This record gives sequence, structure tokens and C-alpha cells, in this order.
Amino acid sequence: MRSVRSQLENKGQNSAYRKNQTRSIGFLMLLAVLLFASALLSLRAGSYNTPVGELIKGVFGLSADGKINLVVQNNRLPRICTAILAGAGLGLSGCILQAILHNPLASASTLGVSQGATFGAAMAIIVLHMGGGLGISLLSFAGSVAVALIILALSRFKQVSPEGIVLAGVAISAMLSGATTLIQYFANEVELASLVFWTFGDLGSTGWDDMKPMALVVAVLIVYCVLHRWDYNALLSGEETAVSLGINVKKMTVFNMLLCCLTSSIIVANVGLINFIGLAAPHIVRRVVGNNHVYLIPGSILAGASLLLLSDLLARTAIAPVILPIGAITAFLGGPLFLYLLFRGGRSK
Amino acid sequence: MIQARNICYHYKGCPEVLKSVGFELEAGQFLAILGNNGAGKSTLLKCFNGILKADSGEFLLDGENLMGMTSREIARRAAFVSQTVANTQMTVHDMVMLGRRPYMKWGVSEEDHNIVHSAMERLNISDLRGRFLNQLSGGERQKVMIARALAQQPKLMLLDEPTSSLDISNQYQVLRIVQDICHNDGLAAIMVIHDLSLALRFCDRFLLLRRGEVYRYGDCSVLDARAMRDVYGVEAKIAELEGRRIVLVVQ
Repeated sequence: MRSVRSQLENKGQNSAYRKNQTRSIGFLMLLAVLLFASALLSLRAGSYNTPVGELIKGVFGLSADGKINLVVQNNRLPRICTAILAGAGLGLSGCILQAILHNPLASASTLGVSQGATFGAAMAIIVLHMGGGLGISLLSFAGSVAVALIILALSRFKQVSPEGIVLAGVAISAMLSGATTLIQYFANEVELASLVFWTFGDLGSTGWDDMKPMALVVAVLIVYCVLHRWDYNALLSGEETAVSLGINVKKMTVFNMLLCCLTSSIIVANVGLINFIGLAAPHIVRRVVGNNHVYLIPGSILAGASLLLLSDLLARTAIAPVILPIGAITAFLGGPLFLYLLFRGGRSK
Repeated sequence: MIQARNICYHYKGCPEVLKSVGFELEAGQFLAILGNNGAGKSTLLKCFNGILKADSGEFLLDGENLMGMTSREIARRAAFVSQTVANTQMTVHDMVMLGRRPYMKWGVSEEDHNIVHSAMERLNISDLRGRFLNQLSGGERQKVMIARALAQQPKLMLLDEPTSSLDISNQYQVLRIVQDICHNDGLAAIMVIHDLSLALRFCDRFLLLRRGEVYRYGDCSVLDARAMRDVYGVEAKIAELEGRRIVLVVQ
């Protein structure tokens, strides 16, 4: 056996495969560098202008200036960590949903999970007159979980096809958007402003304690997906082939949908509506590394985190000191980027 | 040895598709499941490796009942090649590596790599290793799928119309490879196929299904004019040309 492999390598038949591998690993490293650079830039951005060295000391609470320690540890670092966690979670959820539903358009926003959260927030702010805080987060979480459960029920009990699930998601999204608009119609000015602000998305209001459930669920999702990376590859060959390779496809679909929807709903409940990261990040990575989830999973995590961190940086610095809504920035920049990738792909074919 | 005993299956809300189907197959033999559309050919094939759960009966592989096993245990014994060939942006090497999935624990081992290389060598596709599947022809892709099945190190290979989308040259190439694997490596193969002449050319045993029941089972002599009339509803002659049997449909 060993000699067979050596012979192949000697013949140089592996060169194309090695080239692919090198390109994929190189791209992942590039994304990691981009994420690190974005984090450094984000650490530096702000009205409190400080040298990078002092800021890095501030991360560990070692800066001679106590104010720097305070600003970095209580303001900038939580914001960066929130962006990384939310971006990684949304990017990975999109990647997994696209794999299990065999649909490149699947993501938390296209399945209606994000719209479920908005509807929950609208109920909390306008119908139940909650001023803010935990109540809005809980109801937005409940709204997105409710949508996730409907999608799951369709998948599990009605045996709706993966394509059908995405279409059902579009219908649910439209219905919830309509319901949210109806609720808004009866809101007063303060409630309306409060809901609109919530839908803008905000990475700055999440503290270390708020971040814990998000960190936990994103960590669980990452570990689970990395361990099952070859199962997602098997799904690319079709459901029957996946079953013949020893995979319980129904169980896998339900569990993955539950995990992805839970992750997305916790992220949306914490930071508001951030569309597009889940859709764009896996597509950007796929164009370079292909469909092998051994590379696609870490790539989607890194690309999602980088995209959100860069969008947040832009939102904070474009017309500083005004901070633009992050949800609008991701959609505004992501849309044209996505169109460019689509049409560039079309031409190359 | 492979034994199927009293296999029954029905789709939800429909009458029985398979009615007490049974047959035996030795290691190293290549079996063709034949019959008209809706006879239950693909259903029987899919019941073998748990894609569909048979209502009753048992599938014995060297005395072990596949129906009592987990899907991973079945996957280590029976490999499946579908008629729909994956057309995705994944390299040939990675697709063949999928065959090692039933054996993987935390990742890919050196042994997995070696087995994948051997499978690619066996199919003569090593030079395609770094190419993406969506850059290959239909015949090349089907060879990759067979290599993936070989990487599962199965005792039994199940093929669901593997040549349905291939040109005549690739049909012969693919079936010759499967026949060669059966005869030289001692694997048993069960294939659903519509082309009777191809089946007669490459297979050793023939199972004719009619309305979910075994009409006939045996060597090539089971496929005669009467069987053609009863199973397919056509008048046909089985002719011999240079020592090979071919089917000529008369009416």
C-alpha cells in the first residue's frame, strides 16, 4: 500500500491535488491574517486615539493609563469579540444550512429565522410595551425559535423537500414582515423608533456577560461541524449515497437545522438583525476552496467573522463620531459583492 | 454468500412493491436485476443497504443479517453507486476519500490515504486526482463513484442503473471494470439495468422481477422469448452473435 502512494507521488500525479490543497490552506491563512488585522484596526478605531502598543497592553489590563485599560476592556474588546462571535456563527450557520438543504440560498435570513426575531422584538416593544433589555431579547429569541420549529416540523413530519423548505422560509418571512408592519402601524413614535433602532443591529451594547450564551452556542456549533465535516461532504453526493455511507440523513438534517437556528436566533437576539453574512461568507470561501467542508467550514467561520468586523469598522469610522447601523452596512456592501461574484462566475463558465 | 429471503416492501399508502422476494448469490458473481418500470428493481436494491427499510425478510451477507445492523456497519459491507452522479466542486481524491467515511473516527488516517490511492489506481483515475468533479466527463465521474465504492472495502457492490447517462463506449468501460472487480477481487455485485444486451454481456446471474415478485432467477438461459413476453410485454428473440447472446425486439 505504502509503495503505491510513493509511486504516485514520484510520478508527479499529485501536483494538481497538492496545488488545490495549498491554495485552500493559503486562503484560510489569508483569512486568519485578515481577521487579525481587522481586529487590530477595530481596536484602534475610536475617539480615544492611542498607540497600538498601549492598546494591546490594555487588552491584558497592563497599560500605565487606567483609562486605556477601561476603554479597551469594557468597550472595544467586547465589541470586537461580539463581532467575531456573531460573524463566525452566522457564517458557519449559513454554510451548514446550505449543505443540508442542498440550496445555495439557504441562510438564517432566507429561512425566516431573522424575521421571526424581528417579529418577537416588535411584539415586545409595541404590544407588550417593554422598554428594553432582557424582555426584547427573550421575545426575539422566542420568535426565531418558533420559526425554526415550523421549519423543522415541515422537514420532519411533512417530509417537505430541501428546496420546499427554502420556499417555505420565503413565505414565512413575507408573512412575518407583514405582521411586523401591521404591529408598527399601531405603534407610537417612541415605540416605532425603538423597534427601528433594534432592527439596525448593534454590536456595541453586548457586554461580557451577554456574550456567554452566544459564545457557548457558537463553540458547540463549531466543534460539532468540524467533527462531522465529512458527513457534509457525503451529502453533496445526494441523500441516497449519504445513507449508503452510513449517515442517518434525517437525524442529521433535523439536528443541524436546530443547532443552526438556535445559534442564529441567539445572535440576532443579542445584536439585532444582521443579514447577508450567512449567505455571503460561505459563497466567497467556496469560490476559492470548492465544496470540501474540511476547508469550507473553517473558511466560513473566518470569512464571516472578518466580514462582520470590517463592516463594523466601516460603520464606526465612515462618518465618525456617528456610528452607522451595522445591519445596513452588511447588506449595502454585501449585496453588490455577492452580485459581482455571481456574475463573475457566470462569465467564467 | 449473499442471501435475500422473503423481502417485502410497500411505500406508505401504496400496495406492496416487493412480495416475498428471495435469491442467493455467490461471492465473485455479478447479478443483474431486470424487469419493466415499477417492477421493484431499484426498491429491492435500496432495501439491501438500508436506504429503504424492508417490511419483512432478511438480507444475509456471509451469514450476517444486514437488517439488524447500523447504517455504518452496513456501509462497511455494502457500497452503493447511484445513477445520479455527483457533479460538485470537489476533487476526485476527496470524493474517493468519502468511501472511507464509515471507517473514520476523528479524521483521515494514513491507511485511508493508501486505500484511496489503491482504489484510484484500480480504476486508472490517479491522473485525475486533483481535478474537480464538475470538470470531468460523465464516464470519468462514474469511474470516480466506483472508486469511492471500492474505497469502502465492501463485500457487496450495489449499482442502480450506473450506465443510464453514459455513451456506449463508457457503458462498456464501466461495466467491464465492475465485472473485472467481481471476478478478480471476489466481490459480489448487484446491478439494476434496463439494457438487456449489456446485462447479458457482463452479468453472471439474472433476477427477473414482475410486479414485485421473482419471475425467474438463474443464469442467462432465464432470459428467453417467453420471459420477454411475460415480463416486458414484447415479442423478442435472443440471438447469438460471435458466441454472445443479444436481445432483438421483434414487435
